[in-house]
Amino acid sequence: MFELIGIPPQALFGQLMLGLINGAFYALLSLGLAVIFGLLNVINFTHGAQYMMGAFVAWMLLNWVGVPYWGALIIAPVLVGAFGIVLERLFLSRLYHLDHLYGLLLTFGLALILEGLFRSQFGSSGLPYGNPLPGGTNLGFMFLPWYRAWVVGFSLFVCLATWFVIERTKLGSYLRAATERPDLVQAFGVNVPRMITLTYGFGVGLAALAGVLAAPAYQVSPTMGSNLIIIVFAVVVIGGMGSILGSVITGFGLGIVEGLTKVFYPEASATVIFVVMAIVLLVRPAGLFGTAK
Amino acid sequence: MLKTQTPILAESPAAPPKAASTTGRDLMIFGGLLLLLAAAPLVLYPVFLMKVLCFALFALAFNLLIGYVGLLSFGHAMFFGGAAYVSAYTVKAWGWTPELGILAGTACAGVLGAVVGSLAIRRQGIYFAMVTLALAQMFFFFCLQAPFTGGEDGIQGVPRRPILGLIDTTRDINLYFVVLAIFALGFLVIYRTIHSPFGQVLKAIRENEPRAISLGYRTDQYKLLAFVISATLAGLAGATKAVVFQLASLTDVAWQMSGEVVLMTLVGGLGTVFGPIVGAAVIITMQNYLAGFGEWVLVIQGAIFVVVVLLFRRGIVGELAAFLGRRT
Repeated sequence: MFELIGIPPQALFGQLMLGLINGAFYALLSLGLAVIFGLLNVINFTHGAQYMMGAFVAWMLLNWVGVPYWGALIIAPVLVGAFGIVLERLFLSRLYHLDHLYGLLLTFGLALILEGLFRSQFGSSGLPYGNPLPGGTNLGFMFLPWYRAWVVGFSLFVCLATWFVIERTKLGSYLRAATERPDLVQAFGVNVPRMITLTYGFGVGLAALAGVLAAPAYQVSPTMGSNLIIIVFAVVVIGGMGSILGSVITGFGLGIVEGLTKVFYPEASATVIFVVMAIVLLVRPAGLFGTAK
Repeated sequence: MLKTQTPILAESPAAPPKAASTTGRDLMIFGGLLLLLAAAPLVLYPVFLMKVLCFALFALAFNLLIGYVGLLSFGHAMFFGGAAYVSAYTVKAWGWTPELGILAGTACAGVLGAVVGSLAIRRQGIYFAMVTLALAQMFFFFCLQAPFTGGEDGIQGVPRRPILGLIDTTRDINLYFVVLAIFALGFLVIYRTIHSPFGQVLKAIRENEPRAISLGYRTDQYKLLAFVISATLAGLAGATKAVVFQLASLTDVAWQMSGEVVLMTLVGGLGTVFGPIVGAAVIITMQNYLAGFGEWVLVIQGAIFVVVVLLFRRGIVGELAAFLGRRT
């Protein structure tokens, strides 16, 4: 059947798999953005830089300290998340009473600083990071590299775990309540400012986790974050930030759309997500899973 | 306290409506500024001054949206750079005269502004910023792939033909006064816009959009028109820049350029009449001196963002006006 339309199945499924990997990063990053925005009312422009930092911390752990990938998978998000907490306490927490746009401008400035620092330190070209799971299996219609399967499976797990914690646990109910009415939740004796700080740290940690996952799949480079974050913004506009599962579905879905575009119309693969965004804005301005406002 | 939000720029000095008497004073300041700029080539390089003027016009156009409608566009590079490409291409490949090239670039930016604006105004606040950023990135990829933009090289060596068949633009000083005239024209268009009844409605939308709607204003049309005016003037700045520097490149349409114009306006003062001019002068001067520091320029720009947002949200002109106890 696939030969009929001139696309060999190997190429089709290979691109679909790459699309799913990109989708995994979109999902993890837009999930973190949504969680942060829900509680802090800040669009975290630094998200891309923190994703980049996750990849770099993994690279440094491997090359300077000798900690392998599997250790970095835990240590890097914790380190970058802690760094995020410092940023939140030092800078972001001073802006909550102002318009959201100031938070965007501040985090944009922080992103520039981080990208500039890493560029001056490591140059603009990418650094290689060895594949921790070489090899793969032949599924008959395609060759499945183990590492790609791991990225998709693990990020799906992390997304669903995040959804479970926020929607199905007591901690999550506090979080959701604080998103609606932080003043009331605080009156009930919950330490809301600390919750906000930890939420930011968690969202940043998710971005860093995506960075560690990306390190072996792509090269580790200072510009990897700023290129990705703009696409993730489009993903967020398409999905809306109201729903956790919505961000996950939109992220993976758009990854697949992008992968398919690479097969059928490669020239448009860089822009297809923005085109989808324009169409969604025309048809359903609030976003696929968004509510009005 | 955690979720209470003040409207954008609520603490900026320009937020309350201005008295009509400030108009005369503003125009006197602008007249003085023009005299100063006319004499400036005696001490400063005309090419440097032209760069400042082009970016000042760009920042003024951007400020029309953020300062007077409360819309943060994070994609204004697409109008600036798009117009630069059009004017560079028409002048170089089709042999048009510079004034026609600039007009063509400006007109294209206006059309692009109408298309992008009609999409972007469907969302508000933070989403508006993300939508404009994403659409500008799409335009960037379009320019990267389109055959006429010259890809990574851009369009180089745009010839400087006589303007109107009279003015020899190969001499920088002649071109400088043309650019100064364009800048003055752009400033007056914006000044007229924000002090017209139309501009008053824009400010009403900035302060309280639901209320403006309830008063019977079709706010979407007002926002769209403001967006088109802003995009057109940003295009005028970009098209002029292409003629001055004989170059249009991917730098002009990249997201960093959108960030730079935000920075200029923020440093000078969001929603102030003269802030963007001051901000552009400061940032361009800084870039001139820091050109040798490579990646550190990015770090310094980021640091300025952070410091201004945390400590001087009113910008240079805003703080100055507050210090003098009156509104500029």
